[in-house]
Order: sequence, then C-alpha cells, then structure tokens
Amino acid sequence: MLEVNEMEVGYGSITAVHGISLHVKQGSIVTLVGANGAGKSTSLRAISGLMRVRGGRIRFCGDDITNLQPHEIVSRGLLHVPEGRMIFSNLTVLENLRMGAYLRSDRSGISHDLGFVLDTFPRLRERESQQAGTLSGGEQQMLAIARALMGRPKLLMLDEPSLGIAPLLVKAIFAKIAEVNRELGLTVLLVEQNAHLALSVSAYGYVLETGRILLSDNAEALRSNPQVQAAYLGA
Amino acid sequence: MNELFQQLVNGLSLGAIYALIALGYTMVYGVLRFINFAHGDLFMVGAFAGLYFHKWLKPAVAGWPDWGVALIILSSAMLMGAVLGIIIERLAYKPLRGRPKLTVLITAIGVSLLLEYLGQLGFGAAPRGFPTLLEARTLSLAGVRISSIQVTVVVATLLLLVGLRFIVMKTRMGLAMRALSLNPTAAALMGVNTSAVISFTFGLGSALAAAAGVFYASLYQAIDPFMGVLPGMKAFVAAVLGGIGILSGAALGGILLGIVETLVVGYSGVLGIPPGYRDAVAFVILILILLFKPSGLLGKSQREKV
Repeated sequence: MLEVNEMEVGYGSITAVHGISLHVKQGSIVTLVGANGAGKSTSLRAISGLMRVRGGRIRFCGDDITNLQPHEIVSRGLLHVPEGRMIFSNLTVLENLRMGAYLRSDRSGISHDLGFVLDTFPRLRERESQQAGTLSGGEQQMLAIARALMGRPKLLMLDEPSLGIAPLLVKAIFAKIAEVNRELGLTVLLVEQNAHLALSVSAYGYVLETGRILLSDNAEALRSNPQVQAAYLGA
Repeated sequence: MNELFQQLVNGLSLGAIYALIALGYTMVYGVLRFINFAHGDLFMVGAFAGLYFHKWLKPAVAGWPDWGVALIILSSAMLMGAVLGIIIERLAYKPLRGRPKLTVLITAIGVSLLLEYLGQLGFGAAPRGFPTLLEARTLSLAGVRISSIQVTVVVATLLLLVGLRFIVMKTRMGLAMRALSLNPTAAALMGVNTSAVISFTFGLGSALAAAAGVFYASLYQAIDPFMGVLPGMKAFVAAVLGGIGILSGAALGGILLGIVETLVVGYSGVLGIPPGYRDAVAFVILILILLFKPSGLLGKSQREKV
C-alpha cells in the first residue's frame, strides 16, 4: 500500500534520513523503532508532505506522491497524527472531530463515523463540548487519533502516541489502535520509542539508526532479536 | 449633550473606516503571523478604483438609480482590491514563505512604497476630487446633524461585517481560515490547502480595505496616492488595540479609535490638546496598549510558544 524507495530527507545542510526504503502492506501495522534523532519523525513528515524529499520516491496505492502538498496527500487517504498531537486547543472536542472530516461532504457518513469514534473513545464523548486544550495528555492523544479517523484514512501514520502519557493510558491507546486495525482493516504505520509495546501490536518492524535502516523483520522476530533487545527493549 | 452626540456620530463613521482596514491586518496576521504594511495602500487603490470605475461606467449605466451605480462601483473597487491583494501575495510574499519574519516585513514596506509611487506616477501627486456617488442630504435628529453619507457608510460597514462574520463562521473556507490561524501544520494535515486559504484571506482583507477607500473618499471627497499611509497606520493601531488576530477586536478597535480621535479634536479646547495633535492620538494609544495590555482589549495574554 505504501512503498518508500531510497527516500532522502534533510534540514538545511544536514541529512537526517539517508535513503531508507519501507514497505507497508494493506491491513497491517508496521512500526519504526529507533532512538531519538534516528529519523523516524522526519520520515513521517516527509511521507505526509510536511517536509520535502530530496531523493527517492514514495508511492501510495500505486500513485507517486513524492513531494505533493500535504492536502493532496490527505485527500488520497494517507493521514498523519503528528508528534505533539497538534489538536486545536481553542476548539471543542466535537469541533476538532468535525475538522478531521474537513475534506468530506457525505453528511451521513460523517455522523456515522462520529458515532464510531465516540464509541471507540468513550472519554471523548464525556468531554465532547469541552475545549480540547483542557484535556489530559492521554485524552488529547485519543482526540488526535479520533480526529484522524474522521478523515476515513486508508493508512494512518502515528507519531509517538505514547509520548508524555501515563503508562496505563498508553496501554489503552495501543489496544485501541489494534482494535481499529482489526475492525476497520485500517493500515497503520507507527513510530514509537516504546519499542516493546509497539512491536507487540505490529506485524512487521524496521529499526532505524541515524537515518538508516539497521534491521527489518517480523515483529516477533525483532522482539526476540538479541541486538534489538539490548538496544531498545531494555533487556 | 448635542455636541457630544454630533462628535460620536462623526467618530463612528471614521471608526467604521478604520475598522474595515483593521480587519485586513488582523486576518492576514491570523493566517500568516505577519503584518502586511502594504495593506493601507490597498485602501488608496480602492479609492482610485472607485474614481476610475465611476468615470468608465458612468455612460454605460446612464439612467440607473444612484444607489445601483454606487453599488456597482463599490463592488468593482472591492473586486479590484481583492485581485491586487492576491497578486501581491503571490508575487511578493509567497516566495518568502518560511523565511525570517523580518524579511517579509521589509518586503511589505517595499511593496507599500512601490504602490504609493506607482500611484503618483499614474495618478499624479496632486489630490483629486472624488465624485458624489449618492446625493448627500443632511438629516437633523434632535439637533444632531447627520449626513446621509455618514449613515450609508456606517450601515454599509455593518453589512460588510455581517457578511465577513458569515464567511468566517459558517463556510468551509472560513473554517479553514480559523484552523490555519490556530495551527497551520494541523490544518494542512486535515487536508486544508493552505496556499489557497492564504490567497483567499488576502483577497478578502484587500476587498474590505478597498471598500473603506471608497467610503473614505465619499466622506472627504479628495484622494491622493499617499492617502493610505495615515489611515493604514491608524488601522494597524486599531487592530493591535482590539487584539491582533481577533476579528471582533479589529472592528471594536477601529470604532473606538475613530471615536477617541474625533472627541480629542472636538474637545481640544476643554482637553488642552491642540487639534493638530489628532494624528498623535492613535500612536499614544498604541504606546499605552503595548505598555499595559499588549494582547489588546479582547486578547488573552499568551506567552510566545517555544
């Protein structure tokens, strides 16, 4: 579904991602693990069009989407929940969710999906008319994911959904990600520092180090790989 | 008492004009976090567009009612302002997207000077008379003399404000504008075409400035290529006074500034301020607001995010 070939991305004179290649199959959850500064977020930002790609190609559902504008990429069904969540803190929870459906005009579909995300995240239903900025970190992350789901994505890219969130909520959020993947058949590309948790819900994983792919394998195999265990799983 | 009402009416019509210009500053600030210092010159272009459209369209619309002609001229001037605003953004500001803010700010000053001197080249430096679009009548209300032009300007401004509010609050484009002003990256990730929204915002703000130019010219009946400088600066003060980036703040700031300025001139004897200081009023207000409430009357104080 998503094919990244030899993608190179940089900031000014610094190259942050050195020609990485990724493959995300339809219906699967794929994780990029790696330490801070490995180029995980940069890779997602380049795929969603927030940063320019210097080399290589990105194909999504067969189309070349390299260096398209972010809104053109969103309209193809590739949605990105960025690091730091970036919810509209002055708008209410409901307004945020409606904003997620910005490109859609099928009213009945939108209200159906609104019901679905509020059922999936009951916390959000309790707080639907509250200003989003007053939510806790975990609730804001749920809102960011729910908002992206309102855009009916074919592929959802999640950047560090566990960042700054209480461990109990992190588990709940990952359970939701797995649930949505199972029930909607939603394809997910996950970036996570919490490698253990991320790999536990994923089918496949890539290990990034200083902008290069160090390893890639089935999630199970990566979890039992001694190199990965030593570096990222704290074993 | 009558005199006070008289001054308030005069202040209100001047304030309406400041408010219309201030809205453009504040909208552009909202989506780009940048003060478009060329905005006051769009006001001048609007006034000249009104003058020339009147000249060109007069024969074609002979026999039409006055208000119809006035409406056509106002709309054409607004359209002209919108197109010019969009062109300026595309040519001068868009290539600088992502560059330091100072670069864009200096470019805006350059664009402003360019428009002023191109205006001088094209229209001459001497003030030109502005045609009477609607026959002026003086209405007397309990001793207060109100010109029908003042009433028209205030009513037309109110209608434009209602229209603007509708666009911003009820349309998809308005939703996109609000999203962009709250968080540009998040808006882009929701599928908002940010370039198109920025163009639209420039067009809308410039159209309002052009309308203000036509109104101002109708009230004072003389226009020149530098007429946008002072009202432009004052409208900027009005936008800051109300809280930059806040639409209702710009409208409120404009009207307050117009009224305060008129009152200071009207009561210069009582206040001991010579009427020649009228232009200083706005800037004293600017200094005071920056000292005591930099976020403006309707703004919430907010720390710069790191």
